[in-house]
Amino acid sequence: MFDNENHKAIFHIQNGPTFKGYSFGHNTNEVVSGEVVFTTSLVGYPESMSDPSYKGQIIVFTQPLIGNYGVPSSVEKDEFNLLKFMESTKLQCKAIIVSDYAWEYSHWTAKESLQEWCVRSNVPAVGGVDTREVVKFLREQGSTLGCIVTDSAKQDMTSEELNALSFYNPGLENLVSVVATKSPYYIKSITESKIGATPNVLLVDCGSKENIVRCLVSRGANTTVVPYNYPIQNIAKFYDGIFISNGPGDPKHCTVTIDNLKTILNDKDLQDLPIFGICLGHQLLCLAAGCVTEKMKYGNRAHNIPTLDLITQQCIITSQNHGYVVSTSSLVDNKFGFKEYFVNLNDNSNEGMIHETRPIFSTQFHPEAKGGPQDTSYLFDNYFKNIFNYTKKSNSETLPSDLVPESLPTERVL
Amino acid sequence: MPEYIKPHTPNPDLKKVIIIGSGGLAIGQAGEFDYSGSQAIKALKEEGIEVVLVNPNIATNQTSETLADKIYYLPVTLEYVSYIIQKEQPQGILLTFGGQTALNCGIALEKSGVLSKFGVRVLGTPIITLETSEDREMFADALKEINIPIAESVACETVEESVAAVKQIGFPVIVRSAFALGGLGSGFAYNMDELNALVTRALSLSPQVLVERSMRGWKEVEYEVVRDSAGNCITVCNMENFDPLGVHTGDSIVVAPSQTLSDEEFHMLRTAAIKIINHLGVVGECNVQYALSPDSLDYCVIEVNARLSRSSALASKATGYPLAYTAAKIALGYTLPQLPNPITKTTVANFEPSLDYTVIKVPKWDLRKFQHVKTDIGSAMKSVGEVMSIGRSFEEAFQKALREVDPSLLGFQGSPEFADKETLDETLANPTDKRWMAVGQALIHENYTVDQVHELSRIDKWFLHKCKNIAAMQSHLSTYANIAKLEPELLLKAKKIGFSDKQIGIFTKTPELEVRAFRLNHGVHPWVKRIDTLAAEVPASTNYLYMTYNASSHDVKFDENPYVVLGSGVYRIGSSVEFDWCAVNTVNALRKRGEKVTMINYNPETVSTDFDEVDRLYFEELSLERCLDIIELENPRGTVISMGGQLPQNIALPLYNQGVKIMGTSPKDIDNAENRHVFSTILDSINVDQPLWKELSTLQEASDFAEGEYPVLIRPSYVLSGAAMAVVDNSEELHEKLAVAADVSPEHPVVMSKFHLNSRELDIDSVACNGELVAYAVSEHLEDAGVHSGDASLVLPPQNTSTEEIRKLKVIAQKVAKAWSITGPFNMQILILPNGNIKVIECNIRASRSLPFVSKVLGCNFVDLAVSAFFNDHEKIAEFKNKYGDDLMLDKKYDYVAVKSPQFSFNRLAGADPFLSVEMASTGEVCSLGKNLQEAYWGSIQSTMNFKVPISTDVTKKLGILFGGNLPQLEKVFDVFNSIGKYNLFASDEETCKRLGGSVQLLKFPDNTSDKKLLRKLYADNDITCVINLSHARARTIEDLDYLMRRNAIDFGLCLFNEPNTSLLFAECLKEKYESKLNLLNQGIDFQTIPAEVKAWDEFVDLN
Repeated sequence: MFDNENHKAIFHIQNGPTFKGYSFGHNTNEVVSGEVVFTTSLVGYPESMSDPSYKGQIIVFTQPLIGNYGVPSSVEKDEFNLLKFMESTKLQCKAIIVSDYAWEYSHWTAKESLQEWCVRSNVPAVGGVDTREVVKFLREQGSTLGCIVTDSAKQDMTSEELNALSFYNPGLENLVSVVATKSPYYIKSITESKIGATPNVLLVDCGSKENIVRCLVSRGANTTVVPYNYPIQNIAKFYDGIFISNGPGDPKHCTVTIDNLKTILNDKDLQDLPIFGICLGHQLLCLAAGCVTEKMKYGNRAHNIPTLDLITQQCIITSQNHGYVVSTSSLVDNKFGFKEYFVNLNDNSNEGMIHETRPIFSTQFHPEAKGGPQDTSYLFDNYFKNIFNYTKKSNSETLPSDLVPESLPTERVL
Repeated sequence: MPEYIKPHTPNPDLKKVIIIGSGGLAIGQAGEFDYSGSQAIKALKEEGIEVVLVNPNIATNQTSETLADKIYYLPVTLEYVSYIIQKEQPQGILLTFGGQTALNCGIALEKSGVLSKFGVRVLGTPIITLETSEDREMFADALKEINIPIAESVACETVEESVAAVKQIGFPVIVRSAFALGGLGSGFAYNMDELNALVTRALSLSPQVLVERSMRGWKEVEYEVVRDSAGNCITVCNMENFDPLGVHTGDSIVVAPSQTLSDEEFHMLRTAAIKIINHLGVVGECNVQYALSPDSLDYCVIEVNARLSRSSALASKATGYPLAYTAAKIALGYTLPQLPNPITKTTVANFEPSLDYTVIKVPKWDLRKFQHVKTDIGSAMKSVGEVMSIGRSFEEAFQKALREVDPSLLGFQGSPEFADKETLDETLANPTDKRWMAVGQALIHENYTVDQVHELSRIDKWFLHKCKNIAAMQSHLSTYANIAKLEPELLLKAKKIGFSDKQIGIFTKTPELEVRAFRLNHGVHPWVKRIDTLAAEVPASTNYLYMTYNASSHDVKFDENPYVVLGSGVYRIGSSVEFDWCAVNTVNALRKRGEKVTMINYNPETVSTDFDEVDRLYFEELSLERCLDIIELENPRGTVISMGGQLPQNIALPLYNQGVKIMGTSPKDIDNAENRHVFSTILDSINVDQPLWKELSTLQEASDFAEGEYPVLIRPSYVLSGAAMAVVDNSEELHEKLAVAADVSPEHPVVMSKFHLNSRELDIDSVACNGELVAYAVSEHLEDAGVHSGDASLVLPPQNTSTEEIRKLKVIAQKVAKAWSITGPFNMQILILPNGNIKVIECNIRASRSLPFVSKVLGCNFVDLAVSAFFNDHEKIAEFKNKYGDDLMLDKKYDYVAVKSPQFSFNRLAGADPFLSVEMASTGEVCSLGKNLQEAYWGSIQSTMNFKVPISTDVTKKLGILFGGNLPQLEKVFDVFNSIGKYNLFASDEETCKRLGGSVQLLKFPDNTSDKKLLRKLYADNDITCVINLSHARARTIEDLDYLMRRNAIDFGLCLFNEPNTSLLFAECLKEKYESKLNLLNQGIDFQTIPAEVKAWDEFVDLN
């Protein structure tokens, strides 16, 4: 056990503290850098690490014991041909930082150790770090960049030397284009829908978690997933509902998606089309409606965030993972008919919007969970109510030739 | 409060609320309810609501004058609570803060119509929800409605029904009794014989038992859930048991948060918990226990406690989230979003704490204090206390916790008793109170693999791997001949996985303090971290701290120069909530002086570890190492070691030797009282008498000393089996105790002293300042000397002690105070022999068990006074004297009497002999006040848990009383019962029949004494409701007739008296109260007149 921890590693925060620990992931001669973010979730490291929203980020886990239950299969599929345990096909984050790594795991779903997963995914992992101290720094300084040095020859690097390195800043890149499916695919629902016809949902993939797709197909919708930049405005009328997924980074990079959504929102023929967005999807819808988004000081990444439903006045516990947020005042002032739906009771930040009259709503938090609490899964049910109301009215026309289900792949295209 | 939330509008009609407490501390219902009740009172007082508290447990913090407005030290029974409600006319009642006792009482109050008669509203979770959660069948139906799986369970009222049920379910099964706290009377059955025995016993305690499928080997997981009246629902904490299903959660090692659950499992169970609580309609706090399959997503609900519980106290301390406080506010109508998170102040209470540390609870058993007790642990709880530890690695927290349970342990370790493979495998597979040590033995010394231990124990391999890490470090450290060779990096790693300096010292053959010096030289020291409920996400100025080596910075600055108070540590037999009261009152007294106070304690069941009691709380070990770590950082102006009982006292001298400033009596003087030789010499020098005694190191010397002096009291320092202390009557017994059951040698000497028969015993609690006695109180023991003072019934003010005797006692106290230069509290136990001679048998220069009793009964706080003495504050001492008089015993007249009765837990300890002797056996205490001794005793004895007064309302039916034992006082007691004329009186052997005379009938026990069913029938056929067994000595075997008589009284839930003086007093009380009590029982509660004893504390005692 004490031999395990002999490979030293440095975790350094740009213009901030340096932590010396041990490496239990991928070792490389290169210095790996990214945006340092922390999550206070107690469980769900496989889900978080495979969540495309964490692309480019170094995740610091405040739960000090990580790796306990190993890592489940990253290829096993469920009855919908969706990944059974992972939120995408890859380990998405740049690196992880933990306090105490569990060298030995124990779980009936585990197929490999967290170490094995990190090593074969070329992801550095550092243990033995005072993660609480990292959080205290980040909450004061705000999100910042950091790097990991696993090269044994470089363990004596000074703070000045480390600061002088060039740090990769994921905020400057359109990460959505990296993680989203490259071309459309189709997931057929095998669940019987509660109304006669099986609804068809168009999911705009900005880096969607696998469970969002599952939440749709398991409720009985055939789901066509298209890339974030797909001209959805041209095909929206063929579907019973539009869904905008989560995804990484600054929403302002997704100008194409915002423009497409603008067109849909303003299309007189689509006034009754149900739309639901989550996280980045929420931000994109709001941007399309003329609202403003901002970068948060250090973001909200947790499974325990109290969120008030302004319609029911119920307070729910939500799973969150975002560094950008919709400005509440811009939402309140918007002329499009969006109004506040949910609000974060910790920091009063915006957590969702709902249209005054149309079947459109979106949330900043993650009703699909994985990981995190499942308290808000009722929002998917609400979305489906909208879909059923709409389906009854609409007459589905023939789908465009390039989106005919039979001709599409049945999994994400990378 | 966020702008989006509408503020709470208080109900103007709610002006007075009654809170029902839990009574005496017992196994299954202990100090956790002092914490929950105290928080509830605080929450109500903040709203300006007048609070009435019913709780006969005088040692608690919640019964302090600073909390509730009215306190009744009376039985928590339908009868007494009804009178109190009539008298106080409250508008609301809280039932979920006093454990099962309060909950059962609440259901009875509702059913009897008392609540509706007086318009008392049940606040919080409604009665119907409480009933549903308690009645297994209603509960199963409710869960079925929402498709939540529950262990298949059949309710049975006879043994035959249970046999039929098992035919349907299949062995193995678990048998549970409904409406019983802490799994009382529950157990596993693998075959028909076991089923028979188990169901018979369970049905003696409860009208109904549940037979269920057993899921041994499954994980056991709990969620603490809070729901408000608007339906907002959160799970504050989840916990996972180290021990797989099969061990009662109160007897399990518990980890928070869960460590081996995936997100899918964690949230599956969380979602189910919320669904259940919403469906049941809980308004407040609730706990859901699950069994979870170790290799699939199968799970089922084991039980739901719709009230504050032991687990909720643990969850509250583990997370920093004040569950009881929040539950009380919710009961008043607040919603969760309307309440602030009291830790961060800036966020709302409607959130789920995120922990950036690991918490481990380890139970404390005291089974070795009993004879014939079974040491296996299973579905019925046996532990008397628990500890909680916090760390940032599992190993760190685990080793801390193991040392906290017993400071003589090093941490994770084996035990030679498991060196034998058969015993080892047996214990791994069938848990006892020492199973974790068997795991230690297997992994450290016997080269078992993790897989092997897992196969036998079913403990999750993750936990076992962590244990293995500790084992590996131990063997690695053992290769070092000396600390000087140890690489600092390895030392740090050892500290990160929880090794103490002492432990490292033992492996590296180096004294503890040298390890410390070496460690500090290399800059290896622990870091102070905060518990803030949000994993540091939001700045919070909490005062709740722990220490860890898995860190590289402190969360706090050390600029307060506080006073440090050492708490009581784990509750165990002999040291319990009374010391928490002392510690909390010390804190209050110091804070009143404007001082900052830092508390060190690790017991989650206490009020002293509450978030708002002190300026800083270190939830840490009370070891020399950790106290020095803290003291060196905090640089306190003084450290109080005398208020937490013996545990902190034990490190007083080592702390002092390290230069720590100790408040009050010098640790050197304390040591002079603890060293028997020095103590004795000093007593001789001041002409204070003591029983003849000697320390002896061979068996021959021992028998020579005893010859001609029998009976003698022996205290061997090394005990192989049975209790350590005993009174021995003859050489045969002496041989048995010292040669067979103990080792007597120069390394393990035995202390022997003359035992004086028929002597009265008194407790003197005093406070002195610079050797001058400032105040003292004399409490009489009802029992003769020979019953441990912790098991004795105390009477205050004394009723049978002459003024002359009190004067003499005072002189002794003055002399002792002077001789030891005492400043602060001290306690003495003193004998008055039949010839009038007075002898000191024990002196402890610290706060004593009886200090809260004395302070509350006399209405003056001895702890406050002791703190004034610490500061040599003559002004404050003079103030005290002005207010209460120079001499609390001789100058003052009291028109009331208080009796403190012991609370035993024999019903929890299968097989244990319910016999009183010099080894303490009680787990708690209760007290009542009255205008005279009879009245006070009558209230006090009825306050003990589940006490049933043996009075029949059916005038055609005479109840039976069974007499036995060889003590001569039996006749006298018998005569009083006989003179009542309402009983059939029995004895079970002819000799006793002869002794007791014509009116006694012979009730012959069946030949097969282990046949509980036959015995039960015999008792039932003769309506035996009370057993008086007055024996001279403990039973040697479990076939002993007196043992059977006592033990079965406990097993069948009857009232048992086993000591002459209390038997007689009870008989006299019964005689006097019989008619009035019968009237009450016959007429229901008479709402015209309220019995005289139904008076609040401040109606007896002047509290101003």
